[in-house]
Amino acid sequence: MAAAISLHLGPAHAERYESNPATRESNWVKWTVIGISLSFFALFLLLPLVVVFYEALRKGWDAYLVALVEPDALSAIRLTLTAAIIAVPLNLAFGVAAAWAIAKFNFPGKSFLITLIDLPFSVSPVVAGLIFVLVFGRTGWLGSWFIDNDMKVIFAVPGIVLATIFVTFPFVARELIPLMEAQGRDEEEASTVLGASGWQTFWHVTIPNVKWGLLYGVILCNARAMGEFGAVSVVSGHIRGETNTMPLHVEIVYSEYKFAAAFAVASLLAILALLTLVIKSFIEWRAAQAAKEDSEA
Amino acid sequence: MSNRNALPGFKLSLGYTLTWLSLIVLIPLAAVFIKSAELTLDQFWYVVTTPRVVASYKLTFGASLAAAAINAVFGLLLAWSLVRYTFPGKKIVDSLVDLPFALPTAVAGIALTALWAGNGWIGSIVESFGIKVAFTPLGVLLALVFIGLPFVVRTVQPVLEDLQIEIEEAAASLGANRWQTISKVIFPTLFPALLTGFALAFARAVGEYGSVIFIAGNIPMVSEITPLMIITKLEQYDYRGATAIAAVMLIVSFILLITINSLQAWTAKRTGRST
Repeated sequence: MAAAISLHLGPAHAERYESNPATRESNWVKWTVIGISLSFFALFLLLPLVVVFYEALRKGWDAYLVALVEPDALSAIRLTLTAAIIAVPLNLAFGVAAAWAIAKFNFPGKSFLITLIDLPFSVSPVVAGLIFVLVFGRTGWLGSWFIDNDMKVIFAVPGIVLATIFVTFPFVARELIPLMEAQGRDEEEASTVLGASGWQTFWHVTIPNVKWGLLYGVILCNARAMGEFGAVSVVSGHIRGETNTMPLHVEIVYSEYKFAAAFAVASLLAILALLTLVIKSFIEWRAAQAAKEDSEA
Repeated sequence: MSNRNALPGFKLSLGYTLTWLSLIVLIPLAAVFIKSAELTLDQFWYVVTTPRVVASYKLTFGASLAAAAINAVFGLLLAWSLVRYTFPGKKIVDSLVDLPFALPTAVAGIALTALWAGNGWIGSIVESFGIKVAFTPLGVLLALVFIGLPFVVRTVQPVLEDLQIEIEEAAASLGANRWQTISKVIFPTLFPALLTGFALAFARAVGEYGSVIFIAGNIPMVSEITPLMIITKLEQYDYRGATAIAAVMLIVSFILLITINSLQAWTAKRTGRST
């Protein structure tokens, strides 16, 4: 499933098609196709983004800031950061371990294992939340044990963190596996033969080779962790000031018809999304630079 | 690769991978099927085929198919424009195509609702033609188009970039006109990737929740999607009912996942790319 979110470093030189009589279309075809695709792009992608900021600032800067610093909004921001700070490193560690095992070694059932790692991408967020209710909820497998020991998982922060880990599970692994497979293992073997320990090889040979892909996996993982709605909504219980993340806070404020306040918090999440895309573009640019230097060297 | 491997850490990394995978993904997912088994087959069947739930399947699958088809057409045109043409602002358009991956679904949901509601920028225009979009099944379709678009563009784009110019030159020198080259030479090569993008967009749309519920209006029998039915059952503390519907959705997800994996293998074979 992850093919669609990989970094892509392909050639971006459309001129070579446009200057070649065998690969170019007439001008009116070109501008009709561009016109249709850009209108579609504007209608479905650009306008929704613009309207977030328009609605957020509709009542002026003061109302905007007030919506962001009210206690419930602040507590939602804190919870969102907490969930991401726990979920992203855990899935980073998992992704690196999984990529090391899958890309550098051969074993039966490898492609099946990759399919299993992909599972959270194809499960509906609502189902992702439900499974943790089934395990940790009042009537769940471990629910009564947790209640007896006075610990709350569902309708509490641990449930939110678990659901976040689940939905962001494949990001780092799926970004790294194809990259590390493409690198092969010659360099690691050379390093080991020359006497480096496993960890030295890993830190000084493997990681520098995949750092851009790794960084991209992490920022995507983070964007999803901070933005997840469906799964977190099922396990949260929507207790104001306690178990609301930013997306849930947006929903609650919106359902109270405080549109400007809802869009104010939403605009923070939109800025996070834009930042993610900017970092992605930067990484693609850097990785393309590095590839060019390699081919020139 | 042989198994005589000089590199260390195989047991540690694989063991860690399998443990974490089991704890976070496999065991919790198994809970759905074990909990469903508390129902008899008749009870299960009754829950998953009540008219309100069946209406939600029709909407979810129908709107997802339609959205994936719309994205296949416009996503292909957009990918074509990005690869083949120069135009001002291309870099920005290329980056923003990924917006639906990065923008939280709840934000997309309220933004689309604000745009397409009767008093919104676009909603007020289409309503003057007598078309209501927000709070109808059309609104569901719209949200699913939004979240599915990058899947098609990002699957087709790299394959289009890798096409050999020489093949088109050969077609042209053999007397094919441009349309013949596109429809008979380029399109068949792109087709597996396009189908993969379609399937990815469809799979994502079937499970989508956040961007849809704001704009759907959630009217029983009319504009309720299947994930919402799970939420509704949960809110009534009907855990078994919720789990039964979740089991149906999970089985559909598994089938789609297997289909997509075979499609990707086909794309890789057809184009010599490994994804």
